[in-house]
Amino acid sequence: MAKFTLSGPIADLVEQVTSGQVSATQLVQTALDRIAETEDYHAILELNRYALADAQAVDARVAAGEKLPLAGIPFAAKDNFLTLGTHTTAASHILETFTAPYEGPAIARLKAAGAVLVAKTNQDAFGHGGSTENSDFGPTKNAHDPSRVPGGSSGGSTTAVALGQVCFAIGTDTGGSIRQPSSLSGVVGLKVTYGLVPRTGVIAMASSTDTIGPMTNSVADAGMVLDVLAGRDASDATSIERNAGSYRIEADTLADDLDGVKIGLIKEYLGEGLDAEVKAKLLAFVDSLKSRGATVETVSIPATERALAAYYILVPAEISSNLARYDGIRYGHSAAAAANLEETYFMSRDQGFGAEAKRRIMIGTYVLSSGYYDAYYKRAQKVRTKLVEEFDDAFAKYDYLVGPAAPTAAFPLGSKSGDPLAMYLEDVMTVAVSLVGAPAVVVPFASVGDGLPVGLQIIGRQKLEGALLQVAAAVELAAAAGGQK
Amino acid sequence: MSKLSAAEVQRISKLAHIGLSEAEVAHMAGELEVIVSFVEQLQAVNVDGVEPTDQVTGLVDVMREDVVAPSMDRTLALSNAPAQLSGYIKVKRVLNG
Repeated sequence: MAKFTLSGPIADLVEQVTSGQVSATQLVQTALDRIAETEDYHAILELNRYALADAQAVDARVAAGEKLPLAGIPFAAKDNFLTLGTHTTAASHILETFTAPYEGPAIARLKAAGAVLVAKTNQDAFGHGGSTENSDFGPTKNAHDPSRVPGGSSGGSTTAVALGQVCFAIGTDTGGSIRQPSSLSGVVGLKVTYGLVPRTGVIAMASSTDTIGPMTNSVADAGMVLDVLAGRDASDATSIERNAGSYRIEADTLADDLDGVKIGLIKEYLGEGLDAEVKAKLLAFVDSLKSRGATVETVSIPATERALAAYYILVPAEISSNLARYDGIRYGHSAAAAANLEETYFMSRDQGFGAEAKRRIMIGTYVLSSGYYDAYYKRAQKVRTKLVEEFDDAFAKYDYLVGPAAPTAAFPLGSKSGDPLAMYLEDVMTVAVSLVGAPAVVVPFASVGDGLPVGLQIIGRQKLEGALLQVAAAVELAAAAGGQK
Repeated sequence: MSKLSAAEVQRISKLAHIGLSEAEVAHMAGELEVIVSFVEQLQAVNVDGVEPTDQVTGLVDVMREDVVAPSMDRTLALSNAPAQLSGYIKVKRVLNG
């Protein structure tokens, strides 16, 4: 059997499957082989044991003449997506034996489009972290340097894509969990407008900022996947309608320049915290976009300096509410030694949750508790309003806002895991976008140190993912050209 | 902001229904203190007259038709329950004694 690389354009593979040159079964077998070869990276928590059977079913559909937009494309899903036929753990002990009774629209839409779920990927438990070291099942390694973290929380997904284990992976981004690991792992990561992909069937972290999106090898691949994922579903009342037209980037409509595009470089993200080499390369690259027709100016969004503090009030508050459902009674770990109902709650949650989940539940409970609500939660909601207003002001002047997606390139495993606040600071360049609900895409543009990738975060206006991806594709071309026209 | 006392951490853990050992309480008091001190910076922001934001896409009162639709099969819904009896979820005794 011929070997295929899963790193090539998804559009090419779909065409080959559709025309019968390659079968879905061959692609999925390639993915399984690649996962086995690279299992030491621990990107994967569990294989879908029905993957080959699912691939055969796709081959039968193709043979019957169905035109499938993702025909035979192997993908992985972060383990907080409910999937039939595997466990769904969110990388937490409390869900170690959980098997989902249903799948949500995101997984269902991908399967209907002919994509084949191959595996579930590792993550920081419940999405709480920026390195995938908070997984209760052990960390994932960075594809470019296995002594370093892949970023997080969707680090299993970004490593799986970067290693070519799958063509794409889907994950969740609540405060940067797609964008930051995409930067650290050298892949493209798309965080959509809040609501564009329905959240039903995804284990909730913070309901007002949770989003679903793809991690891919290219911007064009991200467009292919988004085109399948996007759009309202009645099961999620917060989901929004997609725009008319396709999110795909067709070769004949792709502009290879940035003529007339007004870019604002966010000043607050270039301050002391940002690694000097990352900063120098980012400034040089963004400046080079002028030679492709863009105008670039520095823009100040002062409220971004308070965004992280607001985020670490609002999001733990929502986490403490959402994680209240793990009670040891309906599903998940239940303490065998509990003598009564109350002990079932206290013991099951103590035994089942890891340290970071407990910290966030405790912070959230504290800021929502009587006497503290106005001082913390309500005040943070008002700071969120200021952020929204300042982003609106910036988007009145600029088409896109750009900056880094993380303060540094990938850092060594274990170097921050003992310091919760240091890990929270990993989110400093991504949380503002989450709080305002805007879409953003991370595109790898350079490497630093001994070949560690870094990505540029490009932020667009709400609901305009199509235009955002077009510009990101042009930026990707600029990066491939080394920043030179 | 006063330092988070062990008693305060215990109070929060009761509200959160998480049983913590004394060692965990002491350790967490230190960690939570660092985090709460960090978010304390918001007290310096002038938010006079600013309305709070709790959602960002402008949807209002999303309704559906009031029609009966099938719900999840009972066996499936119970399939992950740690203890069950005759089609119901079984819980430990609620009252002591």
